[in-house]
Amino acid sequence: MTLTLNHYLFVSGLLFAIGFAGVMLRRNIIIIFMCLELMLNAANLSLVAFSRFNLVNGLPNYNAQVLVFFIITVAAAEVAVGLAIIVALFRARQTTHVEDINSLKF
Amino acid sequence: MEHFPWFILLAPLVSAVLIQLFTRKSASVSVTISVAAVCASLLGSVFVFLGPDAVAPNEINWINLPGLRVPIGVTVDALSKIMLLIVTGVGALVHIYSLVYMRDDASKARFFGNLSLFMFSMLGIVLANNFAMMFIFWELVGVSSYLLIGHWHTRDSAAAAANKAFLTNRIGDFGFMLGILMVWSVAGSVVFSEISEKTSLALVTADPTFLTIAVLLIFCGAVGKSAQVPLHVWLPDAMEGPTPVSALIHAATMVAAGVFMLARISFLIAPSPGAQMVIMWVGLVTAVLAALMATQQDDIKRILAYSTLSQLGYMIMAIGLAAPGAAMFHLFTHAFFKALLFLGAGAIIHALHHEQDIWKMGGLSGKMKWTFRSFFAGYLALIGTPFFSGFFSKDAILIAAWQTNKIVFLGALFTAFLTAFYMTRLVVVVFFGPARTDAAKHGHDGPPAMTVPLLILAVLSVVAGYGIFAGRALGEHLWHGIHQLEEGGGAGAVMALAIGAFVLGTTGAWVLYKGRAKDPILIPLFKNKFYLDELYAALIAGTQDLLATMSAWFDKWILDGLFVRGLSGGAWGTGFVLRFLQIGNLQAYAFLFGLGVVGLIYFMVFA
Repeated sequence: MTLTLNHYLFVSGLLFAIGFAGVMLRRNIIIIFMCLELMLNAANLSLVAFSRFNLVNGLPNYNAQVLVFFIITVAAAEVAVGLAIIVALFRARQTTHVEDINSLKF
Repeated sequence: MEHFPWFILLAPLVSAVLIQLFTRKSASVSVTISVAAVCASLLGSVFVFLGPDAVAPNEINWINLPGLRVPIGVTVDALSKIMLLIVTGVGALVHIYSLVYMRDDASKARFFGNLSLFMFSMLGIVLANNFAMMFIFWELVGVSSYLLIGHWHTRDSAAAAANKAFLTNRIGDFGFMLGILMVWSVAGSVVFSEISEKTSLALVTADPTFLTIAVLLIFCGAVGKSAQVPLHVWLPDAMEGPTPVSALIHAATMVAAGVFMLARISFLIAPSPGAQMVIMWVGLVTAVLAALMATQQDDIKRILAYSTLSQLGYMIMAIGLAAPGAAMFHLFTHAFFKALLFLGAGAIIHALHHEQDIWKMGGLSGKMKWTFRSFFAGYLALIGTPFFSGFFSKDAILIAAWQTNKIVFLGALFTAFLTAFYMTRLVVVVFFGPARTDAAKHGHDGPPAMTVPLLILAVLSVVAGYGIFAGRALGEHLWHGIHQLEEGGGAGAVMALAIGAFVLGTTGAWVLYKGRAKDPILIPLFKNKFYLDELYAALIAGTQDLLATMSAWFDKWILDGLFVRGLSGGAWGTGFVLRFLQIGNLQAYAFLFGLGVVGLIYFMVFA
């Protein structure tokens, strides 16, 4: 059995769906954060897969792979900021449950 | 010779300008300039009268646009010749009379300057050869009338009367302007001689309804200036002005401008029977109503004012009866005897220290001999005593009425009876019986400058009706029209009935009023002028209230409510609804965001 583009995309979609479901359904903000990373990596996977299966003159399209590095970098920065916020939030509220953090409403 | 009309027109203008700009401080110089100007105009008018007819000699092309040509030009024909004589003749006599009447007035210079301005405007109407020029002078006459009525402007009643006259006239003038525009829109010209040409006249008369509306709108101008019902209310109030002004403007000239204008455009009125009928009835209603009001007035000038209204109604009616010749004939004779009556009344008022109530006069026939004699001549002429001028001209109108419509004739005859009645009442109360006040006991004739104009006018009032004068003055064409009327039948019967009405009126009033100290009959309806002033006041107040209420409602609900409060309320309401979306649950936001992305992809890919 050879792996085709569809297999990669299926895995990528599955990862994205799991991540999205985690963001929607989990209550712990750290888990939500990890699920967000999962969604980003789903995107990375599909980008690399497209790059690998979209050959130009026998070479993969590297533009997509460069974009993946950008995403990894941004994700790292985001984790740094996000974890800092979560730590600050925990210090202020002594909780990491999103249901308890709802004071910004009418 | 051909420059004389311009000379006549410009002499008073020069005088008015000189007085206004330079000599207002010096009464005597101003008076000299003004009197000299009117005499020059009179002289010029006599020359023009003796000269040939001329249509638009040396006209100035004032506005020359494609489709609109407004020249400043003069017409010299029978119609304008007779008006020139009336206006400058009566004008000159009134100027001379004013020398005495206004002798002690503080602002004599202003008075004479305004008189000159009025002469200029009136002569402009008379000489105008097109609608636009006539309209300009028409308005100028309104302005100068306003200035003269309000000469004693420190008196509230005079200022109010001036405003009333001006505003009432403006209502009529608005119709006049619309009528001019209507005629111009189809004829393509405002010049009388061009409109009356066959081709353009055919254009104007092509649609009878259009023509009727246009003529009636133009007639509105005459209703205003000649004080016909329902715009007559300004004329009695205009008596607040100095008496010479009443004689010149509100008896002999300005109020006759409406009649003159209608005679000038009789070529437009003749093809429109509908307009003729309206004009006829308006004239008749004015004649009867004004005569009824005159029977119960106590102010000598107001009686004469209502009498003027009534006689103007006669003239307008004659226009409506398709007898402009008869109208101009009556205008001609009326100008003399009504100016005479006003000046006579002025002499009495002057002698009695500004007393105008006839019940405070009495027994003046012996003390003011010359005034009485001339006033009596004017009185006989006005009530249509046989062989006096008014008899002939009124007869011509009555014959025209007889031949056209018997009901109108009866109305006119009734007016003739009323005229004899109220004038006899006036003469009996003022001149006969005992003097009722101290002032009346010491009445006396004025100086010659006052009595001589009276006597000249008295002579004219007696003789003006005879063919040898009137025939020449009116010109062949108009005079011929009057002759044709008389040959048209009914002349004998009309004359008999008119004399009957005259006898009945005079004897009735004589019997009723001889030796009375106060009015034996009191008819509040007539005394209060049919409550028309009150009705108008209520109507205007009502209209204003309604308008004010409507605009207040609009302001409160549409402007304030819908626009100002509506906008702010709308923004607030939208915000109020949208703020329920802020539930504070992070995952709900994420879910909505996800839905949004799904929707976006759906529209990008599938739609």
